[in-house]
Amino acid sequence: MAAVKEREIPRSIYAANSFCPGCGHGLVLRLIAEVIDEMDIDRDTIGVLAVGCSCLTNRTLAIDLLQSPHGRASAAAAAIKRCRPEKLVLTYQGDGDAASIGIAETIYTAQRKEKITQIIVNNGVYGMTGGQMSPTTLVGQKTTTSVKGRDPEVSGMPLNLMEVLKSFEPAYMARGSIHDAPHIMKAKSYIKKAFAAQMAGEGYSCVEILSPCPTNWHMTPEESMRRIGEEVIQYYPLGEFAKGGDQ
Amino acid sequence: MVVIKKENCKSCGYCIRACKQGALSVSSEINGKGYAVVEVDQDKCIGCGICYTVCPDYVITIKNEEVQPA
Repeated sequence: MAAVKEREIPRSIYAANSFCPGCGHGLVLRLIAEVIDEMDIDRDTIGVLAVGCSCLTNRTLAIDLLQSPHGRASAAAAAIKRCRPEKLVLTYQGDGDAASIGIAETIYTAQRKEKITQIIVNNGVYGMTGGQMSPTTLVGQKTTTSVKGRDPEVSGMPLNLMEVLKSFEPAYMARGSIHDAPHIMKAKSYIKKAFAAQMAGEGYSCVEILSPCPTNWHMTPEESMRRIGEEVIQYYPLGEFAKGGDQ
Repeated sequence: MVVIKKENCKSCGYCIRACKQGALSVSSEINGKGYAVVEVDQDKCIGCGICYTVCPDYVITIKNEEVQPA
């Protein structure tokens, strides 16, 4: 057989993750680790976590990590970046963290053009607490706090974070998905561009990644990936929303 | 060749769905976490690496050398 391209687990992943079967967090973490390895910045990267499933990252990702109060990761990351401007500073947050409890911090970090990268994993529910409705839950989606499906009359429309942050003219902003292999590779390229924008000192960068939560969507892992491809990306279009300060 | 780290597998099935060659399947072996682990048919595998790309649990690596069947 012809030689094949060897693939190793990135060295920035030092232990198995503890997420549910089929959870997208493990994939996003691997993409971040691959990018960190490729850019050879594992000793110059500081990650800030907040609260939620995303904070289980501290068992897996081999970079310096700090955990902040719920939603405050971007504020803590901004402080770290101002003290250590030579480091790559990223936050790793879920949608309940960055788009609900931490929406003020997220917006003002973007508004101040803090030179950090926010990685926001959007699975449309509060995963760790048992699947409650989050701001990004789709209309009609059943959760433990919207048992008949999200009603826009009561809960409003799902929050499109990219549309909100776009007006602050970030250096780089993109939304990716991990529902199949091509989109996984594309999401990795978005993360890499966001890190590159930060390293070049261009300003605030943000990557939102649509991810499945099979446990709280009450679906099999395969069904949840299919739902992203068929349903979720209809409301949350993929692509790059800002590049190099242009829109 | 595909090398499977059995203790990491959570039997999500992403790799099985992604494999165009049908080289991966769920085996009857249960790992320490209680999940049925995937197994690979090395004869069908072409080493494309799509299973590595979609695996969320760091189970799969792709090596160049031939793996002797156990």
